Amino acid sequence: MLLSLLIFIPLLGALGLLVLPSDRHDLMRGYTLAVTLIVAVLGAMLWFQFDASIATQQLTENRHWFLIPYHDAPGFVEVRYALGVDGISILLVALTAFLMPLVVLSTPGHVKHRVKEFLVWLLVMQTGMMGVFLAMDLVLFYTFWEVSLVPLYFMLGIWGGERRLYATVKFFLYTVAGSLVMLIAAVWMYLHFHTTSIPELTELAAASSLEVQGWLFAAFALAFAIKVPVIPFHTWLADAHTEAPTSGSVILAGVLLKMGTYGLLRFGIGMFPQAAVASSTAFMILGAVGIVYGAFLAMAQTDVKRLVACSSVSHLGYVVLGMFALTQSGLRGSLLQMVNHGLSTGLLFLLIGMIYERRHTRELKDYGGVAAVMPVFAFFFVFAVLSSVGLPGLNGFIGEWMILLGSFQANPWIAGIAVTGVIFGAVYLLRATRLMLFGEVTNEANQKLQDLNLREVGLMVPIAVLCVWIGVAPNMFLDRTTASLDLLAERVEAAQTTLELSAAEASTEVPR
Amino acid sequence: MHDNWLWLIPGLPLLGSLLCAVMYAVTLRQRKDSPGTEGLGPVAGWTAVAMMAFAFVLGLKGFFGLRVEGVTELSSAAWDWIHVSDSLNVDVAMVLDRLSGAMTLVVTGVGLLIHIYAVGYMKGDPGFAKFFAYLNLFVAMMLVLILSSSIVGTFVGWEGVGLCSYLLIGFWYRKGWPAEAAQKAFVVNRIGDAAFLLGMFLLVQLVGSFDYAQINSDIALQNFDASKAWQLGLAALLLFGGACGKSAQIPLFVWLPDAMAGPTPVSALIHAATMVTSGIYLVIRLNPLYASAPAVMMTIAIVGALTAFVAGSSALRQRDLKGVLAYSTVSQLGYMFLALGVGAWSTALFHVITHAFFKALLFLAAGSVIHGMHDEKDMHKMGGLRKHMPKTFLAFTAGAAALSGLPLLSGFFSKDEILAMTFQHGGVYLLLWGIGIATAAMTAYYSWRMVALTFFGEERFDAAHVHPHESPRLMTMPLYALAVLAIGAGVLNLPPVLPADGYLTHWLEPVTREGTRILGGAHHMSHTTEWLLLGLGSVIALAGAHFGFHHHKRGIGADQAFEAKRPQLAAALGDAWGIDRTYKLWIVGPIMLGARMIAVVIDQVIIDGAVNGLGRLAQSTGHRVRKTADGSLSTYGLWMGGAACTLVVLWMWMGN
Repeated sequence: MLLSLLIFIPLLGALGLLVLPSDRHDLMRGYTLAVTLIVAVLGAMLWFQFDASIATQQLTENRHWFLIPYHDAPGFVEVRYALGVDGISILLVALTAFLMPLVVLSTPGHVKHRVKEFLVWLLVMQTGMMGVFLAMDLVLFYTFWEVSLVPLYFMLGIWGGERRLYATVKFFLYTVAGSLVMLIAAVWMYLHFHTTSIPELTELAAASSLEVQGWLFAAFALAFAIKVPVIPFHTWLADAHTEAPTSGSVILAGVLLKMGTYGLLRFGIGMFPQAAVASSTAFMILGAVGIVYGAFLAMAQTDVKRLVACSSVSHLGYVVLGMFALTQSGLRGSLLQMVNHGLSTGLLFLLIGMIYERRHTRELKDYGGVAAVMPVFAFFFVFAVLSSVGLPGLNGFIGEWMILLGSFQANPWIAGIAVTGVIFGAVYLLRATRLMLFGEVTNEANQKLQDLNLREVGLMVPIAVLCVWIGVAPNMFLDRTTASLDLLAERVEAAQTTLELSAAEASTEVPR
Repeated sequence: MHDNWLWLIPGLPLLGSLLCAVMYAVTLRQRKDSPGTEGLGPVAGWTAVAMMAFAFVLGLKGFFGLRVEGVTELSSAAWDWIHVSDSLNVDVAMVLDRLSGAMTLVVTGVGLLIHIYAVGYMKGDPGFAKFFAYLNLFVAMMLVLILSSSIVGTFVGWEGVGLCSYLLIGFWYRKGWPAEAAQKAFVVNRIGDAAFLLGMFLLVQLVGSFDYAQINSDIALQNFDASKAWQLGLAALLLFGGACGKSAQIPLFVWLPDAMAGPTPVSALIHAATMVTSGIYLVIRLNPLYASAPAVMMTIAIVGALTAFVAGSSALRQRDLKGVLAYSTVSQLGYMFLALGVGAWSTALFHVITHAFFKALLFLAAGSVIHGMHDEKDMHKMGGLRKHMPKTFLAFTAGAAALSGLPLLSGFFSKDEILAMTFQHGGVYLLLWGIGIATAAMTAYYSWRMVALTFFGEERFDAAHVHPHESPRLMTMPLYALAVLAIGAGVLNLPPVLPADGYLTHWLEPVTREGTRILGGAHHMSHTTEWLLLGLGSVIALAGAHFGFHHHKRGIGADQAFEAKRPQLAAALGDAWGIDRTYKLWIVGPIMLGARMIAVVIDQVIIDGAVNGLGRLAQSTGHRVRKTADGSLSTYGLWMGGAACTLVVLWMWMGN
């Protein structure tokens, strides 16, 4: 029941919001905050009820939903309303529950018109995201996947920046293209395996031939790679991030992109381990190149929000790299890094939003010397930057370091490329810090900037605390993922053995 | 049994840092009502000093603990930090052994004196409490670096001191260039850190543990087949790359001269006495690894000697007082690496310690001069200051004498030991020894040039505007303490020809035993050779000091004459042989250009061009796509509905 509540309380909350008077902004915000806080409490309950020693799905719910007839035989395939949580999804569910109240708290600064609509979409989005992480049926998963796209589409189109139309269309086309490919693969799987249950499909697909796995993997991986985004599918992200309202950017970086990396892990590697093993080097290279490429992109930006958007490409490169290293360290680090990126990049987007609301510019050259005028802002900005560059003691280090170690174990050469991200990451983030915060106040308009208020500080403090917490005591987070990831690693190992055996067979057959 | 109090050694300064940060926040709030108030600043300063004093006392407690018969190390319970995989865990304990014990005393002792000095130096600065928050955080991180039982723990401190260095170099961020210097320091250090990471990964791959104890014993027992020897060597080389970053060696030394943009106590503490020696610490800590990689040892010796020479010669032509000291620091660090490269582990530590004393002294005394001269750093605008600040003059001279290696002072013994150890290796090392001797001559020369230009000759400053004055007692007392240490610290490790010789070498023996054994044991020179080398060292130092002083005691004439006679050489030495400029031209420039190329050509033209092309295709065929974003809900609904229908049709079509 807990999982259903996590998914549907936001949706119910959205319905309730519809009957509230549209001109009472504070009431609506308070109400939405309350709804998301309830979900956060439920998320905390889930966190503590979760049994880290179980590798498979737990707290499952499984009900009849509807039937689809077979096309080639009498009888039906039953689509079930199946939910469950395991070590792969628990961190992301918790992150979603944790971030949403803070996102709601951030809205008074940047959402001034059509407030009700915005809050409705925010809640609908939470339903979609929770559903994606908790669904254990492919049809259900796909439904939530699509549901989670719609709200961002509106947020971008209605509350976005100057080039919002371009960004919206681009975002839409990209994601629809990805979704369609995934849909085709999903339909094929239903036709072939006669089930839509994700655990069952995982068994069946993993047992099928490399050729079958390869095609299905390609389709799913494409959809997820667009979402992550893995280069060269990343160009929608910079535009979407730059044009999205602050809360949209935070959710996009914090959770929506993680749907892509989550999908790669659960479907790409989990369902098609042979294909994943066969393509692991390619994906590791994509990840490592993404780290460097994203960093170079970020170095060249003059718009601070776009810079952080590009840094996302770089950071998600780490996640992809660690995942496809297929080592314990890489997998654990990758999963933790999904959370870390959500926290530190989320923090950066919040901060940029806050200063944008004051100055209405995102150009680095319009700032300079802000630290002298807004010391509290400067503190949080530097903190977020340090978390983002992976300073030991903060969250980013644990993830990055484990990923680099894990990928070094798998392929030292690729890790050697990736490790330069440690340098370039410092270059672009410190450059932005210097241009924004340090030096003389050259622009008169910056002279009178008001420092952060209590609400703004208050909504960032929980994130900052969590950053330190993960950095100092990461095991409490890592240990929850261990059992499930170890199971995944075992399956990957089995697939590797199968591949090696068939390769050996093939080579002995050749002489005849 | 665990000595958990060891956690307090870094813990107390960390606590101090947090307290100072809170006090700074309170002060900022108070300033809203009464602008310009000192607020809790002074309280914060003394809190930080107190924490340092406690940490020093704990360091002494550890030192006496180690003197007990049969005790080689004290260790705390481990912090269970990262569960990396089934077979790999990161546990960090605090371990005080002979090496970390000695380093702890230096860091907390010199650190304490510098903290006291800083209370006087930073008086009236609006960021007073913040300064001490950073300073205490730095000491905490340095102690983590030194005391960690695990190489990952060292990396935490390694990056932590890098952060504090960044924050403190850029402390006066309102001026643009400290901020730029800070960024440069962090980025160049990160280059080293990337190498450190790879070296650590490779080492762990080979040994299967992050613990120094495990790593060292595995390597000492030679638990490796020969095919892995090159991997060990590579790991050693990569870790040395990390050391090059932090300890400012060629090719990564360029950040240190710029780091002088920070307040002077910072230059003394971080960029002379402690942080920059962490590379030396790392190599000593892993001495069995380096001992089993002879090619890497040789590389280290060569890099060290070259750095000593290049930086030493650059120091000759600096006009900025702190600039001379900065290049001198790089040069002296080069000596330390030269010592490591010839396997003289304890000698390197000896020079770390004496250098910490005399270089901290010189920086603080220089700070006192700059303070008294109203932030003037150009020696050409000083002169004759000995009358105005006699105490500072005395202290500075003691430091310069020790640095230049005048007989019987601390720098004399430690530097001569390095040169002697290099000499007895023979062969190509004789060449390195020659470089070392030449550098020693230059060291003495620039040391006394500094003394002469600053304190002797006519007064070249504008007496109408600048009124040089002696610094308060709070600043001069630490100078005296350091001066005593700088003069006398040579007794720590006297040469074998003197009585009570080699205390430090014996002290460090449990740590360096394996490394020395792998290298084939310690060699001993004949007493005659030893005496000859000591004599040569004395002559070189005295001659260098003599010429350095007498060329410049009458003012800037000698400098101008040199510039007129050899303008190109003077310019080359003035900016460290143009290495920094070369980097800007050949590395930084192309990278920034590459970034712009990627952002514009690849990203916008090629990738986005393709995407937009597809988009336009969709628009021209569908034509209604453009209306999708007109903001009206009914249109969206129509779109979504249409899409859903398409999906259903597709589904059914695939289904049949």
